[in-house]
Amino acid sequence: MTKIKSLFISLLLTLGVSSAIAGSHGSTLDLVKERGKLMCGSNTGLAGFGAPNDAGVWEGIDVDVCRAVAAAVFGDASKVEYVPTTSKVRFTVLQSGEIDMLSRNTTWTLSRDVDLGLEFVGVNYYDGQGFMVPASLGVNSAMELDGASVCIQVGTTTEMNLADFFKANGMSYESVPVETNSEADAAYTAGRCDVYTTDASGLYASRAGYPDPSAHVVLPEIVSKEPLGPAVRHGDSEWADIVRWSLNAMIIGEELGITSGNVDEMMSSNNPEVLRLLGAEPGYGAMLGLSDDWAANILSQVGNYSESFEKHIGPNTPINIQRGLNALYKDGGILYAPPFR
Amino acid sequence: MTTFSNQSLMRNKYYNWIIKNLFSSWVNSLMTVVAIIFIYEVGTFFLNWAFFAADFRTNFQGELITDRSFCSKNIMPGEYGACWAIIYARWDQFMYGFYPIEEVWRVNFVYALLPLAIIGILFDKLPFRKYFIYFTFIYPFLAYFMLYGGPGLSVVGTNKWGGLLVTLFLGVTGIGLAFPLSIILALGRRSKMPIVKSLCVVFIEFIRGVPLITLLFTANVMLPLFLPDGVNPDNLLRALVAVTLFQSAYMAEAIRGGLQAIPRGQIEAAQSLGLNYWQTTRKIILPQALKIAIPPIVNTCIGLFKDTSLVLIIGLFDLLGIGRAALADMTWTKLYYEVYVFISLVFFIFCFGMSRYSLYLEKKLKTDNS
Repeated sequence: MTKIKSLFISLLLTLGVSSAIAGSHGSTLDLVKERGKLMCGSNTGLAGFGAPNDAGVWEGIDVDVCRAVAAAVFGDASKVEYVPTTSKVRFTVLQSGEIDMLSRNTTWTLSRDVDLGLEFVGVNYYDGQGFMVPASLGVNSAMELDGASVCIQVGTTTEMNLADFFKANGMSYESVPVETNSEADAAYTAGRCDVYTTDASGLYASRAGYPDPSAHVVLPEIVSKEPLGPAVRHGDSEWADIVRWSLNAMIIGEELGITSGNVDEMMSSNNPEVLRLLGAEPGYGAMLGLSDDWAANILSQVGNYSESFEKHIGPNTPINIQRGLNALYKDGGILYAPPFR
Repeated sequence: MTTFSNQSLMRNKYYNWIIKNLFSSWVNSLMTVVAIIFIYEVGTFFLNWAFFAADFRTNFQGELITDRSFCSKNIMPGEYGACWAIIYARWDQFMYGFYPIEEVWRVNFVYALLPLAIIGILFDKLPFRKYFIYFTFIYPFLAYFMLYGGPGLSVVGTNKWGGLLVTLFLGVTGIGLAFPLSIILALGRRSKMPIVKSLCVVFIEFIRGVPLITLLFTANVMLPLFLPDGVNPDNLLRALVAVTLFQSAYMAEAIRGGLQAIPRGQIEAAQSLGLNYWQTTRKIILPQALKIAIPPIVNTCIGLFKDTSLVLIIGLFDLLGIGRAALADMTWTKLYYEVYVFISLVFFIFCFGMSRYSLYLEKKLKTDNS
């Protein structure tokens, strides 16, 4: 019975993969244009990165990447349909063609980029995994966490990093598996685990919401590199270019000081790069298969990277994250976009 | 002897009951006292939290609560209780998901007609029951037309559906579709035809052998891989298929239990009257078998209704999913208790309703059989 079952399953898988490969031709851009809206894989809800507001409109720094692509393609940032995905299904949903791009705090790793057949087009947030513990535990370093119980979101790189970190330091832990970030947070708040681990941004976001933030410590150790960025399917480089440069346009917009408020004034700038970006000097949109004002649309409707950051996760929001690594290279961060020419 | 007044007789009755049931020995007395203290403590704490010290739409300063920082408990920690404003602010999402606000009347219309559609099946002594049953058969089409749209109504894709709408849609449709399917499966499993029988056995055992979440994943993730590009069956529809198959396998086993309880003599008697297989099944076997199987059927229905919240894993926002999304919004984050208590209450209302109905049927059947 098991043999028959496994034979059946492998048959299904083979069929599935071969048809997926056979089916992956045809331009994504044409498909998106024909459909009239962009299908964007989003989070099921992560404060500041992607969550529906009271009016049911999606907001967040990841969501802004989707909106940027829609603005580039249609000239209308609202032509996006969000497909909420959990960490377990996000890649299959992308592979099956149900969504055109995935923008939901997903870490760029080699195996995901290569083995899963994805293409990460850039990084919209540099993160790293950290640990948070109640201050009452008196723990000052992650090296003191031997034997602790840890709330961990299953199926994430966080889970693997955690195992690696504890193994490398000869420590043991007891994992308390949870499904979503809000569940992990709730479990930690309820005292079901001693340690809450996720990307540092998430820890700060959670802590900001506690009645007494000072009762919790984010430990100094950052145990991983977590470059979070949007991804598309392998096999359509033109589409990957569009998503990549939509994100880059937001970053370059910040570099050049173009905001959603001053796009029109900047059209008559003396800086040739500004003119190229905003399409006052034509030809660059056509290379991508878009209209020349594609980047101007992104910047006027979504804003530049800094605007998006400040609006959703910056120091003036409840999440209260400093730019840090995510500042432009000239401001001491590592955010860097290739030149626009 | 003296004559007791009616009142003192009554008092005696209560007194005796209390002595007999609550204070019969010192162990029982102790447990009673502890239990009363416990109930009092928990009850007053909860009532205080949920009502007396709670904010509804405004906080203690009389300001309208538009985000969590206005909640009294966040202004004066420890002094105040629940902050129900999140439920008010997100009421539409809890009830309809992301359904366009100007079209919400369509959902309300469908909600309002739902009791009319099921009342005919629930109560057999209902006046004009025949017409209610007719309506039951029309209702799914009417509801689908109203919700999804079509000629004369704008189309609202199922990706806009959410909250209670998705929970009810999956629960009610899943149960409704699974019921006929499960009867066929149960009969097939008892059939003497080897191919039919083995097909039904394999189907039932396979579905029962895997968790619902696996079926949901399969339907959601693997189905599109087999289909050509661009053909993406609706997400909600995929979940519905998985839920229906799952429910039909479980219900089939409940019905098979009923079928097996029918004495062999009933079938023989029917056959000796010259009834063929279908006549025997329809007129003799099924009416009795279903009566017996009703409690376990309702049981699986309650189970399914709660299981529908698993669809969150495949990215559908049911009632629970909408609640979690609300918690992920910066405006309201951290109001866990309010959201989860509200969701539990909604689930409780529906599940308790089903369970009371099952009890009512059991009582009714008891008199029928004796």
